[in-house]
Amino acid sequence: MAINAVGRDIPDSIPGYGDVKHFKGHDRRPPEGNRFGKRNRTAFNSRTDKTLPDIKAAISASGLKSGMTISFHHHLRNGDFVVNAVLDACAEMGIRDLVIFPTALFGVHKHLTRHIQSGVIRQIMGSVNGPIGQLASEGGMSVPVILRSHGGRPRAVTSGEVVIDVAFIAAPTSDKYGNLSGAVGKSACGSLGYAHSDAEYAQCVIAITDNLVPYPAPCIHIPQFFVDFVVVVNSIGDPAGIVSGTTRVTRDPMRLLIADNAAKLIEATQYFKNGISFQTGAGGISLAVAAYVREAMRERGIKGSFGLGGITEFFVDMMKEGLFERLLDVQSFDLAAVRSIGENPNHVEISADWYANPWNAGCAVNMLDTVVLGATEVDRDFNVNVNTEADGALLHGIGGHQDTAAGAQLTIITTPLLRGRIPCAVDSVYTVTTPGEVVDAIVTEFGVAINPRRQDLIDAAKEAGNVPLVTMDELIDKAHGFTGSMSPVETEERIIGVIEYRDGSVIDVVKQLKKK
Amino acid sequence: MRLRRTKLYLPGNNPNMLLRGHLFNPDGVILDLEDAVAVSEKDAARILVRDVLRKGDFGNCEVTVRINAMDTDLWRSDIETVVPCGIDGIRIPKVENPKDIAIMDEALSHIESKAKMRVGKTLIFCLLETALGIWNAYDIAKASRRVAAICPGGEDLRADLKTTRSENSEELIGPRRIVVLAAHAAGVDALDTVYADITDDAGLRRETEWVKQLGFQGKSVIHPNQIPIIHDVFTPTDREIEQAKKIVEAAVEAAARGLGAVQVDGKMVDKPVVKRAEYTLQRAGLSAGGEK
Repeated sequence: MAINAVGRDIPDSIPGYGDVKHFKGHDRRPPEGNRFGKRNRTAFNSRTDKTLPDIKAAISASGLKSGMTISFHHHLRNGDFVVNAVLDACAEMGIRDLVIFPTALFGVHKHLTRHIQSGVIRQIMGSVNGPIGQLASEGGMSVPVILRSHGGRPRAVTSGEVVIDVAFIAAPTSDKYGNLSGAVGKSACGSLGYAHSDAEYAQCVIAITDNLVPYPAPCIHIPQFFVDFVVVVNSIGDPAGIVSGTTRVTRDPMRLLIADNAAKLIEATQYFKNGISFQTGAGGISLAVAAYVREAMRERGIKGSFGLGGITEFFVDMMKEGLFERLLDVQSFDLAAVRSIGENPNHVEISADWYANPWNAGCAVNMLDTVVLGATEVDRDFNVNVNTEADGALLHGIGGHQDTAAGAQLTIITTPLLRGRIPCAVDSVYTVTTPGEVVDAIVTEFGVAINPRRQDLIDAAKEAGNVPLVTMDELIDKAHGFTGSMSPVETEERIIGVIEYRDGSVIDVVKQLKKK
Repeated sequence: MRLRRTKLYLPGNNPNMLLRGHLFNPDGVILDLEDAVAVSEKDAARILVRDVLRKGDFGNCEVTVRINAMDTDLWRSDIETVVPCGIDGIRIPKVENPKDIAIMDEALSHIESKAKMRVGKTLIFCLLETALGIWNAYDIAKASRRVAAICPGGEDLRADLKTTRSENSEELIGPRRIVVLAAHAAGVDALDTVYADITDDAGLRRETEWVKQLGFQGKSVIHPNQIPIIHDVFTPTDREIEQAKKIVEAAVEAAARGLGAVQVDGKMVDKPVVKRAEYTLQRAGLSAGGEK
């Protein structure tokens, strides 16, 4: 056992996970040795067609066996048909004990619970949410779920910590020789950024498409030399769940108030100047922050350099307006972003490795000025929880949270002080996802708390005069005054979830919930 | 002068809004025990409002409670519960008669003295939601020194006038003018009713500009997003402020020199113009001397 740098008592070894590298603080685990090398292979020029008749044929050809690790990307989000179809095929072929390694899972994947219960799936390395998260939290999986950030995952792949036996890549467009595109096709999803490392490092790569086009495919995102087999199916996903329509800025006054406070803070800092780079999510508060920042950029004649991360129509419009030079897109959220990545050379697809891997020669988050992120809870040390809810259930992935917080010059966490009767500012978060040392400010409707180690930001906010500054202690006391103390979550000793920091050390664990 | 550009209604049964309403920076909040609360929830809402008032965290807002009408058997319990919490005022719905205000004045005095508060501390805001109430506006406004403002009704008033809502609310032109006239004759504020379409920002701005021109000092608000628009209309522009500063400074200088006539930019300025300039500075949050 050891107390790690965020005060968590973590065992030296966890059943189903192995030896623990304890979290010692941000940037305290440098890489060693070389990157992982995958097996050599060839496709002799006698073989110019990689297509196979169906998923089962591809599984057979790949050599996939029980106990192996298979990977998926989440660019089709809640519209994805591929993960469920592949696991159904594995089950029918009698393959069991699989480790699945998705970049994220969504509500549509609750179908997998049957494969978990029947033993087809032994372990999930990736975000779990909704019913699967609840199942894992209640002890329904034999080995712990391992959660990694969008940068931590490619780090695990490129370093060889995780070896992918077969990568199944849903491809909105492919040619017969395995050139893949996300930008075109009836199931277009834009960027295929999360699939790149899998394509590059998996021992075998199977592309699954519903739009086979003559060679060579247009707008190639993943090139043929990574892809072993191509399978054509009727449909890889439901377009309605893949991309949203127009993303509108919220009219919810509380979210607008929080966003306004965040925007005032951004405007007060040294980072709000020509060349600013910026990332927000697609959620209500994040998008509203972007809307306020856009207004301020227009008013003060500021031109930004790039928008990063998950790209929405809002960012596409900002680029068209000249408020950003370029967009670096690891995930395209809506139709406008999908169209833009296919048409505009300044809208650049980047891989998750490029986006956020801490173990390469420099990832995109390191060049980020400002990021606006969410939280389920924040605490006195500015630690942030995005993984568990107040009831202790593992319900959300890490996403790019740790990576962008670590990389950006100004990391802002927006959260309401209360959600219903549940306080979001607490003495100590239930699960540490992102350490307080990489968090600069917590923005709520009741005011903005700046991390005391950023005296420069406190001074800038005071000078601006319009940022409603409070201390973290004041926020926590206020929340406590409204709600009183929460009953502690009752758990068993068994660990059901391991939260890795982006460098692969263990920052926290999640324990099995006690039966009520 | 107390700015009353916006008064935000907060449903008395909604802790989320009761705790957060002031964060939207309205000039005042109205914790609502009347229309927002179903009959079956009146007691629970009263207790909730009391507890929120005891926490007493409303920033710089003027805190009022809309009690139940005086023709119900709820209003006495309402004031007995909320007045000792030290609120700035109560908002009485459906006031028709100056006698009601006299009864309320006496009841408030009784509660204040029992709670060892300053007698007269609790102000009264009168909602005139019937034709009779509008007709008696001046007498109601003069019925107690506690009366701080009178406000015309919206839907209730339309119903009583046997009419319906038109696009430009023409049916309320007369009542609004009467309220402005009566309020200023009695020396109280005229505060306008709510703008119901919370998604029509342009319509809200048009109506606010119109009621400001009529002589209202502010509006009730049912959604926080309406607040910045109304504040924008009621806050003097930089140009208006600069001109007002010039006029007031010239008046102060003329008075210091013992001159009766005031000149600004070579033109004579009448007393009413000086008075209006002072009012402009007050609305801008500046004192008559131009200092913050």
